[in-house]
Amino acid sequence: MSTVDVVVTGMGATTPLGGDVTSTWDALLAGKNGIRANDAEWVSKFDLPTRLAAPLAVEPSEVLPRVQLRRLDRCEQIAIIAAREAWADAGFERPTEEHQSVEPERLGVAIGTGIGGPVTLLDQDDLLENHGLRKVSPLTVPMLMPNGPAAHVSIDLMARAGVHSPASACASGAEGLATAWQMIQTGRADVVVAGGAEACIHQITVAGFAQSRTLSLRNDEPERASRPFDVDRDGFVLGEGAGVLVLEREDHARARGARIYGRLAGTGITSDAYHITGNHPEGIGQINAITQAIRTAGLSPTDIGHVNAHATSTVVGDIGEAVAISKAIGEHVVLTAPKSALGHLVGGAGAVESIATLLSIYHGIIPATRNLENQDPKVTLDVVAGEPRKLELTAAVNDSFGFGGHNVALAFTAA
Amino acid sequence: MAEKPTEEQILAGLAEIVEEVAGVESDEVTADKSFVDDLDIDSLSMVEIAVQAEDRFEVKIPDAELANLKTVGDAVSYVAKNA
Repeated sequence: MSTVDVVVTGMGATTPLGGDVTSTWDALLAGKNGIRANDAEWVSKFDLPTRLAAPLAVEPSEVLPRVQLRRLDRCEQIAIIAAREAWADAGFERPTEEHQSVEPERLGVAIGTGIGGPVTLLDQDDLLENHGLRKVSPLTVPMLMPNGPAAHVSIDLMARAGVHSPASACASGAEGLATAWQMIQTGRADVVVAGGAEACIHQITVAGFAQSRTLSLRNDEPERASRPFDVDRDGFVLGEGAGVLVLEREDHARARGARIYGRLAGTGITSDAYHITGNHPEGIGQINAITQAIRTAGLSPTDIGHVNAHATSTVVGDIGEAVAISKAIGEHVVLTAPKSALGHLVGGAGAVESIATLLSIYHGIIPATRNLENQDPKVTLDVVAGEPRKLELTAAVNDSFGFGGHNVALAFTAA
Repeated sequence: MAEKPTEEQILAGLAEIVEEVAGVESDEVTADKSFVDDLDIDSLSMVEIAVQAEDRFEVKIPDAELANLKTVGDAVSYVAKNA
């Protein structure tokens, strides 16, 4: 059981549903769809089998100044946008040399990404091939490195208690939050800006995922393509986005009179050691991660009223997760699957979906899973569909799983 | 460039490049300004500025020379001499 209470005092996001938390949450509750037909020229050029994507609702160029944009990979841009929103939402001011809202030596950053800046890598390689060394940007390496988003946020907010950038594929954002929780638990920081970001919608990532046969091919109906737990699901839709939360030691937050959304009460991290993309058939790693999150939160499975599921809309993955949730928590728990609206934000997913989990507790309402028309009979749990469901919640879990066998579960509780 | 540019033309061209690369307003880019201390331009942006200046003024700026170009005026003089 955790010894230090860690609360969430700020949240920021930019997603396929909106350029901030409010617009994203409102769209989730309204059942809106963030998935679009992908009409990029390269889709037809390479005859890619998937013509779907979930791009950002608000382009970073509408938010950040031109010079900053050209020095940052898109993944870094959206991490900064989400971090600044979370920072302001927590009631903090932008740091100056003279004044900092949080002592820099007590402020950390933990922002994960699945891949980092592959688009920069490929663009700069094209420049090298076609125009030679002189045209390669001196910013190439800091733009492509996967610690870039976290490092840029640390500079932006003057965080000197350490920067972490977990890379655990689609669990990276959740692992960012778990890392932040550990930093506060172990006394390394009072406040940690944490989450995940991903912006890698590119011909090679779409081609690669297509070749692994994990993407939806429902090209003619983008709005119906992502359908977790539905019997007709056929794969995920690649999206882009970032989510960042301000985690804070509770006494630190109380002392400054901060608004508290809730607690990150416990975390669970396990690994499957089974297959590089497939989940363990008995879901041992997933079950253990969920159980560990509940245990470290000092809760019992019956306390957990809701799971915001990883549920990517793949045939095998969704069933495995539903079974793991049943075994770890029980049949009473109510699920939702936000990837039905957001698509799969890869390294951003766990953080954006943690924001949704926490807002479900905070507001007492669970957004519906889009496109759940015929629930797979193998999924016996109660999945919210159609309309959002009002439900008083004291505790909820967010699941995130990643290629490589990464399992991260986060237990959130009411303030 | 067919004809050698004047120092005024070089300064104006450099100012455009500095604005493009580093976002410094072009009228801030005057001969007396230090790239690092006054215009807050880091070593990475200096490389970009040098590459763009080389293309624009058809001049070579080797790294050893670039290190000596502390002020905008130093750069204007170097380009005027070597273009």
